[in-house]
Amino acid sequence: MKYEPIIGLEVHLQPKTKSKMFCGCDADYFGKQPNTHTCPVCLGLPGALPVPNEEALDKCVKLALALNCKINKESKFDRKNYFYPDLPKGYQISQYDLPLGYEGFVEIDIDGDSRRIRLTRIHIEEDTGKSLHEGDLTLLDFNKSGMPLLEIVTEPDFVDEIEVEQFAKRLRQIVRYLDISDADMEKGQMRFELNMSVRETGSKELPDYKVEVKNIGSISVLQKVIAFEFKRQTELLEKGEKPAQETRGLKDMTGETLSQRVKEDSEDYRYFPEPDIPPITYSDEKIEEIKTTIGELPNEKKHRFIDQYNLEPSAAETLVATKRKADWFEDSIKDISDKALIAEIAKWYVGDVIGLLKADKKSLSSLKFPPADLAKLVSLVKEGKLTGTLGKQVLAKMYKTGDKPDDIVAAEGLEVVDDESELKAIAQKVIDENPKVVADISKNPNAIKFLLGQIMKETRGKANPKTAEKILESLFA
Amino acid sequence: MMETKGLTIAKAKEAFSKGEYTSQELLNAHINKISELDNKLHAFVDTTFEQAAESLEVTGKPLSGIPASIKDNFNWKGTKTTASSNILKNYISPYNATVTERLIENGGCLVGKTNMDAFAHGSSTETSDFFTTLNPYNEEHVAGGSSGGSAVAVATGMSVYAIGSETAGSVRGPASWCGVYGFTPTYGRISRYGVIAMGSSLDRPGVFTNNVEDAALLLDLLSGKDERDATSIQEPAMDTASNLDATLTGKRIGIPKQYFDDRINKEVIAAIEEAIAVYKKAGAEIIELDLLDPKYSIAVYTVVQRSEVSSNLARIDGIRYGHYSDIEAETILDQISYNRGEGFGNEAKQRSMTGAYTLSAGYYDAYYKKAQQVRTLIIEDFAKAFTKVDLILGPTMPETAPKLGVTKNNPLFGELADVLTEPSALAGLPCISIPVGYDSKGLPIGMQLIGNQFAEQDVLNAAYGYQQLTI
Repeated sequence: MKYEPIIGLEVHLQPKTKSKMFCGCDADYFGKQPNTHTCPVCLGLPGALPVPNEEALDKCVKLALALNCKINKESKFDRKNYFYPDLPKGYQISQYDLPLGYEGFVEIDIDGDSRRIRLTRIHIEEDTGKSLHEGDLTLLDFNKSGMPLLEIVTEPDFVDEIEVEQFAKRLRQIVRYLDISDADMEKGQMRFELNMSVRETGSKELPDYKVEVKNIGSISVLQKVIAFEFKRQTELLEKGEKPAQETRGLKDMTGETLSQRVKEDSEDYRYFPEPDIPPITYSDEKIEEIKTTIGELPNEKKHRFIDQYNLEPSAAETLVATKRKADWFEDSIKDISDKALIAEIAKWYVGDVIGLLKADKKSLSSLKFPPADLAKLVSLVKEGKLTGTLGKQVLAKMYKTGDKPDDIVAAEGLEVVDDESELKAIAQKVIDENPKVVADISKNPNAIKFLLGQIMKETRGKANPKTAEKILESLFA
Repeated sequence: MMETKGLTIAKAKEAFSKGEYTSQELLNAHINKISELDNKLHAFVDTTFEQAAESLEVTGKPLSGIPASIKDNFNWKGTKTTASSNILKNYISPYNATVTERLIENGGCLVGKTNMDAFAHGSSTETSDFFTTLNPYNEEHVAGGSSGGSAVAVATGMSVYAIGSETAGSVRGPASWCGVYGFTPTYGRISRYGVIAMGSSLDRPGVFTNNVEDAALLLDLLSGKDERDATSIQEPAMDTASNLDATLTGKRIGIPKQYFDDRINKEVIAAIEEAIAVYKKAGAEIIELDLLDPKYSIAVYTVVQRSEVSSNLARIDGIRYGHYSDIEAETILDQISYNRGEGFGNEAKQRSMTGAYTLSAGYYDAYYKKAQQVRTLIIEDFAKAFTKVDLILGPTMPETAPKLGVTKNNPLFGELADVLTEPSALAGLPCISIPVGYDSKGLPIGMQLIGNQFAEQDVLNAAYGYQQLTI
């Protein structure tokens, strides 16, 4: 019997904001001394009240719009009541039945085909504090308490871990494009919760159980968890057992999971509308205004690059990987209309510039030369003023020093030798020095190439190979 | 020694300027009064004479040198803020409520924090975890609550004015039973920031005074939007004191017949009818009104308030502050249970449990949601009434202060006693309780005026008109 997984995802994303979700505390808390970014509100002191952060709300709406969601123009906050020491108020301010965004989708590419992963909802809530266990002690750090969190919930649309990976990467790319979040997983800014069950292939029914795996902090671990869970649940089903409806946690980074809590039925959080915060209203005008700030998303940009610049899909994909990468490229070609030259610049950029950075594990921001200099360099080569090989040397120098390509060429005398009389004299010298080769010329088809190599050697690579070849051919004609 | 009882802000200021006494002397007189009376009456949970003395260094502010007190559920930085509860018995607040802050900015001279029903859960102060505040008119009777300490402080001259808070009748009720003015403006007019929450959608700070002018002045100083309270009205501070107008001619005053039926004590009704006659004589138009029966408000109020209470008290888990149990707990959730189990009094437990029940899955629609729907009907009922009248007048409480012990085995005492204040509380309407007389036992009777949303000036003017005619 064959089995297939049914996978849904909840993504928790920490948006980039100046202050926390419901108080004025500085949101830049990561790595700071415990309990230094706190106030009566995020510590849940008696009498303190929450005031929603509009920047965070707008970012949630912006993401919802970018992910093709509908917007609840009348939305609200709700209290989710439960006790836990890192939850200082005894409830989390979240959104229950009126999330800011609902019914959206994310497009992913699977083997060149586009697939839609449907989104159930996007809502905004506050994060909890952090428990640190030291021996017998549990210490509490409330710096994270009250940080804004966006929760994105998908439909159970994924068929395997590859789709999940594509989705997670695409989502991360989009939120970075929108500058909504850095989605830095090492700082816990993007976390996953997996909902998964397994059924016989071909069955249309949803299984009557669901396994939740909480707090997954990386895409690669997420993939491993899916593989592990698929195997674990399939083995149970093959034995005729139904996997338990439960919450599981990570055992380690191998993807193995452990049972944490078996849920007979869903927990009762006694949700009710947060009385401390009036309902949230988004007018059509405000929604339109937010829409105008979204700009071009990676998928659109990729297709535009392919159409507008005749780029290969793979090159376009690399170029749009980050907005900064794409912007740098477009900066470099902004005064250029020659499509062939643009394609050539793209090639140098993707192949060489990004290659150099990758080798050094550096980012674009550390690049010492401006985008226009790359265009200048590639045009020198394209115009035949610099050979391709020397062009790469010049680029290496630019990368190291930030010097202008023209200056490097002039300082090192690298300009192409294209003068016919000069090249003729050099050719004659080479012919005179290689009588044997010249004698064999009619029998050896490689003789001309050898002589050409000698000319390049004489000119230290600067001879225009085409002109030199032409001259040689004319001398033996 | 000057008599502090019945003193108003204006009279004290006049005495200062005439050199009859200094602010230090006035403060001393209040301290003496507290020493004399409070061992018996128990209006104060804690006194703050040092802070009061320090406040005298700032002069020339609207409240400079006027001894006052504040209910113990208002956070005041560096002082104990317990809400008269054992679980917060040793809690020293690290921050100021907006009201506290505005009082201090205006020269406020606070002599103490006043007793209340623990977490404001009651209408008698009998559910205070510390002690019961006695009625100064008859010490065998309750002062009322939850802001009972504040009412008694003003009624006896232990304070010129006092700050309280009201969820249903917690300002108007004790004001009525102790013979002082109790004024609560529209929901959101005075910030709730820093007031230990009871029912968040209902809680309103209010004031106790010996006349209408003081209530107006305090409203002007304490109102105005607060960035820290998302439900605060987005308007600047009010300016009612300088606009007080005693003219009653042509005022349309609604008399809801449901507030005068046989559920209300006859002596109370008689006193209110005398007051109505004063209005009528002064040219006000008296209009009979048919409002929703206030009994519906009891149910709605009980469900909404207790649901919110159950959630609002959850933060007091003993982990960061508050009572921490000595019992060795196996899990952290057990620890929280022990902390709360030992720390909270019965009333808080009972309200938390009923509130948790009414919010539970499967019951939410039948209780909380239904209550909010009926609440909307009550709000609409008032809105309709205010198309016909400018103000609604009635007794504040159905009877005068009951005897001590009244709340024993009466878990709904507060909700039932506050029946006439609950409808307007659910609608968040501005209202004032005015002392209008005494019953045959010599206990004070209060009359309430209720205005439309944001119509604080109308309420104060109509109260001022009555006050000027009956001084």
